[in-house]
Amino acid sequence: MMALSKKMLEQEPSEIELLLPWHATGTLNARDARRVEEALARDPELAKQYTVIREEYAATVHLNESLGGPPPRAMLKLFAAIDAEPERKPSAWLTARVRMSDFFASLSPRTLAWSASLAVLALLLQAGVIAVMVAKNQPATYETASLSTNEPESMTRALVPEAAPPPRASETAAPPRALVRFAPDARMADVTALLDSYHAQILDGAESGMFRLQFGGRSMTSDEAAALLARLQKEKIVSLAVAAP
Amino acid sequence: MQVLYGRHHVRVFRFGLRLVRDEQVAEDLISEVFLDVWRQAGKFEGRSAVSTWLLAITRFKALSVLRRRKDAELEDEAANAIEDTADDPEVATQKRDTSEALRKCLTGLSREHREIVDLVYYHEKSVEEVAEIVGIPENTVKTRLFYARKKLAELLKAAGVERGWP
Repeated sequence: MMALSKKMLEQEPSEIELLLPWHATGTLNARDARRVEEALARDPELAKQYTVIREEYAATVHLNESLGGPPPRAMLKLFAAIDAEPERKPSAWLTARVRMSDFFASLSPRTLAWSASLAVLALLLQAGVIAVMVAKNQPATYETASLSTNEPESMTRALVPEAAPPPRASETAAPPRALVRFAPDARMADVTALLDSYHAQILDGAESGMFRLQFGGRSMTSDEAAALLARLQKEKIVSLAVAAP
Repeated sequence: MQVLYGRHHVRVFRFGLRLVRDEQVAEDLISEVFLDVWRQAGKFEGRSAVSTWLLAITRFKALSVLRRRKDAELEDEAANAIEDTADDPEVATQKRDTSEALRKCLTGLSREHREIVDLVYYHEKSVEEVAEIVGIPENTVKTRLFYARKKLAELLKAAGVERGWP
């Protein structure tokens, strides 16, 4: 095996030999890491080369760490440049909405009135068709004359005003917030998707890699907030989620 | 943006500095990199780690700077001649300080070799990630690092340091 290693050095490097640096940094997949481990155990020449690689690895880290970091003015410069950037383009959905309102604004009042009448007619026809289809598909049920399942609901509606319901005793005054730590391997796209799905926004980045998030724009009952937090805690990319003021 | 900057700016700066070899240029480079990130955040597809994406942008910007300065051709020839206030390899060897000589020789590698050595050893990027950042096939990544290491061994040997490989 030793002879083989020497021969390899003189000629083309072997596949295992090429993988040694990544084995030193621990970035090989499990299968390749096992292959390298086995080869190192068999071949002392390869093991010797691996020692050399570890020295190179340490020296490279040392060299880079000695370079220091950029001065704070680099950050100031960056954020000044960001502030000077033109306003971001609105989303495609927003653009479409604006275009549509522009289109309607361009129509004359007479055309608009005719269009509205036609739209109302189309809606009525559609409602009629749906009603007929629902009536046809309704299974035959037995009901007593005295039982009406809608009654309690209509009574409640009569008692509670149409406007927003009053806040319940257990309801939080503001939208719920939480301190969240994302998994180290969480990708930016995953975090963005999670924020979207929870209608959440990052308020600030707190200490120890935790972020303060706010969920939605409305208040929630304490049960709802607890359920949301429990759901969040189960997310694959979330390491920790705790309620925050 | 502040969180992203806070987390990655030092490594981005160091990678840029090792490529352009000029602190002022590297400082300007990181502003350009993060400004680009700000502008193109929507284009990030999430297929790779954020740090890989950032290093790829940094590399692209650094190469543009080098091309603008017309320093690219100077790179390989001048690499060994760039002045340093520290001891030269021979002196370091006299001190029997292999580590110091190693670090010195690491700075003497060509831009392509420095880049791959840093990406693998310092930024701890996998074969696939290096291929993505540098824009070369995975097999080329492996062989390029091998020849970078051979070159490093040659520089060390020329400085009188024998490590038993190759």
